[in-house]
This record gives sequence, structure tokens and C-alpha cells, in this order.
Amino acid sequence: MPEGYLPIFALGLFAAIFAVAVLGLAKLVRPSAPGEVKQEAYECGIRAVSDSRGRYTVRFYVVAILFVIFDVETIFLFPWAVYYRQLGWFGVAEVAVFLAILIVGYIWAYKKGALEWI
Amino acid sequence: MLHPVTTTHYLVLSAALLAIGTIGVLARRNIVVILMAIELILNAVNINLIAFSRHLGHVHGQVFAIFVITVAVAEAAVGLGILIALFRTRATVQADEINLLKW
Amino acid sequence: MSEFYTSVDHFALVPALMLALFGCAVLLFDFFVFPAPRQRKWLILFLALGIGFAALGLVRQYMFLSSEGLAEFTAFRGALTIDGFAIFFNGIFLAASLIVALVSYRYLEIEGEHHGEYYGLILLANCGMYFLATGTDLVTLFVGLELMAVCFYIMVGFLRFDKRSNEAAIKYLLLGAFSSGFLAYGFSVMYGLAGSTRLGDITAALAARSAWDPLVFLALATTAVGLFFKVSVVPFHMWAPDAYEGAPTTVTAYLSVASKAASFAFLVRIFLGPLISAREVWQPLLAAVAVATLTVGNLAAVTQTNVKRLLAYSSISHAGYVLLGLVAGNPTGIKGIAVYLLVYTFMNLGAFLVLVALRRRDILGEELEDLSGLMHKSPVHAVLMLIFLLSLAGIPPTAGFIAKYYIFWALIQAREYVLAAIAAAYVAVAIYYYFRIVRSMFVSEAADREPLASSFGLRLALGVTGLLTVAIGVYPEPWLALAQNSVLLR
Repeated sequence: MPEGYLPIFALGLFAAIFAVAVLGLAKLVRPSAPGEVKQEAYECGIRAVSDSRGRYTVRFYVVAILFVIFDVETIFLFPWAVYYRQLGWFGVAEVAVFLAILIVGYIWAYKKGALEWI
Repeated sequence: MLHPVTTTHYLVLSAALLAIGTIGVLARRNIVVILMAIELILNAVNINLIAFSRHLGHVHGQVFAIFVITVAVAEAAVGLGILIALFRTRATVQADEINLLKW
Repeated sequence: MSEFYTSVDHFALVPALMLALFGCAVLLFDFFVFPAPRQRKWLILFLALGIGFAALGLVRQYMFLSSEGLAEFTAFRGALTIDGFAIFFNGIFLAASLIVALVSYRYLEIEGEHHGEYYGLILLANCGMYFLATGTDLVTLFVGLELMAVCFYIMVGFLRFDKRSNEAAIKYLLLGAFSSGFLAYGFSVMYGLAGSTRLGDITAALAARSAWDPLVFLALATTAVGLFFKVSVVPFHMWAPDAYEGAPTTVTAYLSVASKAASFAFLVRIFLGPLISAREVWQPLLAAVAVATLTVGNLAAVTQTNVKRLLAYSSISHAGYVLLGLVAGNPTGIKGIAVYLLVYTFMNLGAFLVLVALRRRDILGEELEDLSGLMHKSPVHAVLMLIFLLSLAGIPPTAGFIAKYYIFWALIQAREYVLAAIAAAYVAVAIYYYFRIVRSMFVSEAADREPLASSFGLRLALGVTGLLTVAIGVYPEPWLALAQNSVLLR
């Protein structure tokens, strides 16, 4: 059904034309006065000290991985919240089991020192 | 000639994502990018599941999608963990520089 | 008990519950009960306890089925099906897990990476395998598969400071996750076609369509790609030699038997379940894949000098034989698959265990030269290795012969004479490369004087695998009856 995609193509085309047109118009209208300070990355008034693409310590990865894992596990709580009344005590028990398993993981990560900085 | 978005549109989108993801896995060299391409494939699966779920009018597909998301996260977490270990010993994340074992 | 969790559900879940419970407990006990490194081997006792409870649950399920005269019973509204097939395969997984755990502590101590998590991972991987063999719902199967796979990714990379282990892990992970994506895509199409995630409903929905329906074909193709990756058959076998070579040898042993058996159980469930109506499509495809697998596996093994890598290619070729059982598709073929995977588990584990014993403090012990003169240094290991290699080659009176015999018989019953001839021809190639190892062990001079690694667990495991490899070959009837049961009950 390619004709069903016509609105999407139209939208894409419109977006492209709009972007080019507005940027072109602005280029024509605006005054141009480049300066060294203007070229700098905006840093809330603090002078930029290094390139933004610097290296991060590997600790950030560990924290990020742990965050993602524990963050995503909460999506299992949402369906329970929606059907809380219908599921009754069974739902509570089920979620308790689920959280208990998560807590085992948490204790393990804590004991391994994954949550400590340095 | 404005048609509503139907299930077929979602399926075409998901097939396109599957193709992009597959090409990404096969053609890219940076392991992090390959992991992202794999996520694309799993998102293609999710779009399929949600589209079918809506089309059929029941929630099985959505439940499946939740599990797919979780599995994707577990894989990504383990993948990044192994990647860090690899980076510590090899100092590279380029797939074609990892050649101690014959491919 | 509630309507969502009946006593039947509990009965079906007990083995998996035990594995998961003990898996979590091992993680915690590692800190709270056995904090000192010297005490870690007691975790094996704990692991054995968990496997024992799981086995007890399996036995009770088996007794229930036979006393009631039932072929199967389902739990969780059809998400789990306990039948002879599931019980048979779960028995294999539990045995493999226990044997691998027994030999691991000495090996990991030598590698300097003896951590308690290892045993937790074995139990959790086994829990995933349980769902692969028993699950009859797409979600259950998918989550089970991933539970197993994620545990294996970690175990393959368990030697964190070893470059080869890291590399094997990242390759295995990338290709494994990629194949899971394809598999999940196939599952999503199946769900769309059937409007249900239960295998029974999908079987009915696909049967109502033509085998050449584009959507059915899409589901078949993507699912097959995913499954072929998992069982490492050509052309999706590239990860296997690398992962097998780089992984710690005990993990290689576990990966090559348990993961393969679980993936095959899964593959058989899918191909003889939902995809059965598309049989005219997949039968020639599977035959071609099996022949390609035999060719690549056997021919590539001939040139290898690393024994782990050689055994990796040999295990690829064994996957080809197992696929041939599915190509035949008759009851003998399915029985052949079950017997083959049972026998393969013990003989392949055994062969890798000898390599585990060869790993000593400064000697990797996985090159062909490292095995040279083994007969003079340690006759027991040499003779055991000979038995395992004879069995892998399929020479009577070892168990490997029984396994191959049933596959060939099934092919002849199905009138696939050409396939049977090709498979038989590759046995000759296999004999050639297995005997390269034998010649090295018995003819050459010893490479080093360092005695082999030894521990109670290693001796016990080698004894059990060696004994079973001979016993199944000499007196196969009870094992065949078990395998027959797994077909009949299906």
C-alpha cells in the first residue's frame, strides 16, 4: 500500500523545504559579526576547559549498566499496578517474589563493591 | 487520498528496521554500534508485537514486548560488561581488530 | 494456591524453582557463609543439593505421568508442558551441569578466577534450559533461551584478564544476540498469524494456511536462522570454533553439550510443533543444511592443531547428524535425536574433561602436541580419551555407535538413501581426524613431564563419563527405553 505513505512523504518533504527555507531566510536577514568568544561552546559563563568528547572513567559504565538494569525492571511493576485490584494478594505475592530476586542482585552488586566510587 | 495508518504500515516499518539492524550488524566495525544495531532488531520485534496486539485486540503481544525489552537490556548490560573487560585487555572496540582467534 | 498458581502449576515448576532458588542462594552464600576463597568449593556441594532437588522434582513428574498413564500434562494454562521429551532432556541438562561443576574448581583455581558466581551461573543457565525443554509458549521459550544464553555469555568471558576469553565472549554475545533478534522476529510473526503465543494455537493457525504463504515463510525463515545459530550449523556456525577455543575449557565442555542439547530440544519443539505444516518447505532446507554442516565441520576439523578447536568443529559435524534425525522426521529419527544427544553429552564432556586435566599451571594443554605421549605419562587419561574419541567417531562397542546407528536407521526408513550414504562417508573423515589425536597420544614422545591436574571431582567426572560411554554402548536397552519413552509420550 504505497499510496498510504503519501502523507508521510508529504510531511517529510514539507519539513525539508521548511528547514532549508527558514535557515536561508535567516542567513539573508541577520547581521553577521563572528568573534572568537562567539565561536566557543556555551558553558554558562565558565570558560571551556577541554573538548566535550573527552574520556570518561570506566566507573560511569558500571553505574550506567546497573541503572539501566534496575530501571527497566520497573516495567514489570506497571502492569501489576494497572491490574492491582483484580490480582489481589496473588499479585502482591508475585511482585514480592520478583523484588526479592532483584534484591538478591542488589545485595550481590553491593557486596561486590559495584556501587562504591573508587 | 489520506489513509489511516494500518497494521501493514507498522509491519513494513518493522521489516525496514530489521533490515537496517541486520546491515548494521554485518557492516559496522565498532562493537558499540553493532550492539545498537541489535537493539534496532529487537525494536523491530517490539513494533511487530505491539502492532499485532492492537490489530488483534488483546494484550498478549504487549506482554511479550515487555519481556523482549527486558531481555534486550540484559543482553546490552552483559555486552557492555564484556566490552569493558575486552577494552581493558585489548584497548580497542573495533570488531576487525579483535582477531586473536580466527574468525 | 490461587487461580493463577495451582498445585499442578507448582508441580510443573518445582525443578526450575529449585534451580533458581539455589542459584540465587549460591550468589549470597558466596559472601555470607563461605567468604574465604578456600571455602568456595563447598558451594559445589550446595549446587549438587540444588540439582538433586531438581532431579527429585523431575522423578516425581515422571512417576506421576507413568502412574496416571498420561502422555503429558500442561501447567500455567498451557505455557509449560511436562512430557517424556521434557523430562528426558532435563535429565541430560542436570547431569551435564553437575559434571561440569565437579571439575570446575580445580580448573578455575589454576586459572586464578575461582569465583562463587560461576556456580550460580551454572544453576541459572540450567534453569533457562528447563524452560527451553518444557516451555510450549513463545514468551516462556524466549525468556528461557535468553536466560541460558546470557549466563553462557558471562561464563565464556569468565577469565576476565584473558584476551582470548574476552574475545570469545564478545563474539559469542554479538552473534548470539543477533540470532536471538531474528528468532524473536520470527516469534512475533507467528504471534501475529495465530493471535496467541501458545504453540498449540500457532500449530493450528499455521496449518490453516498454505506452507508457501509469504508470512508463514517469513516466520519459518527468521525462526530457522535464529535456531540454526543456536545449534551452530552451517552457515551460522562461525561463532562456535572461536567461542569454544577462547572459553575456559570447563565452560566449553558445558557449552558444547548442555547448550546444544537445550537448543536442539527447542528446535525440535518448534519444527515438529508450529512449523510442522510447513514441512514440505523445511525438510529439503534442513537436509541441505545438514549436509553442508557435515561437510564444513568434518573437513575443517582435519586441519586443526588446537584440540579445543578441533573438537569444536567435530561438535558442529555432530549437530549435522542430529539434524539428519529431524530430516528423517519419523519416530525412529526423533528417538535417534534423543539417544544421540544423550550419548553426545557424555562422550563430548569426557573428551573436554581430559583437556581440563591437561591444563596445568604453566601449560595451556590444548594443542595437539600437548597430548603427545600421554600414554606414557598417564595411561588412564590416554585410555579414557581413546574411549571418548572412538565413541565420537561412532565405532562399536562404544555409545557413539548406538547413536549413529539410530540416525542411519531412521534415514533408511525414510528412504533417504543418499543422505545416509553421505553421512556414512563423513564418518570415515571423522575417524581420520580423531585418530590424529590418538596417534599423538600413543605414538609420540611425551611433550612435558608435568603431571596432569587432578582433583576428586575431576576423577569422579572422568570415571562417570567414561563408564557411561562404554555402558550405553554395551548395554543400551534401558537408555533406549528412556529415549523411546520421550518419543511415545510426545
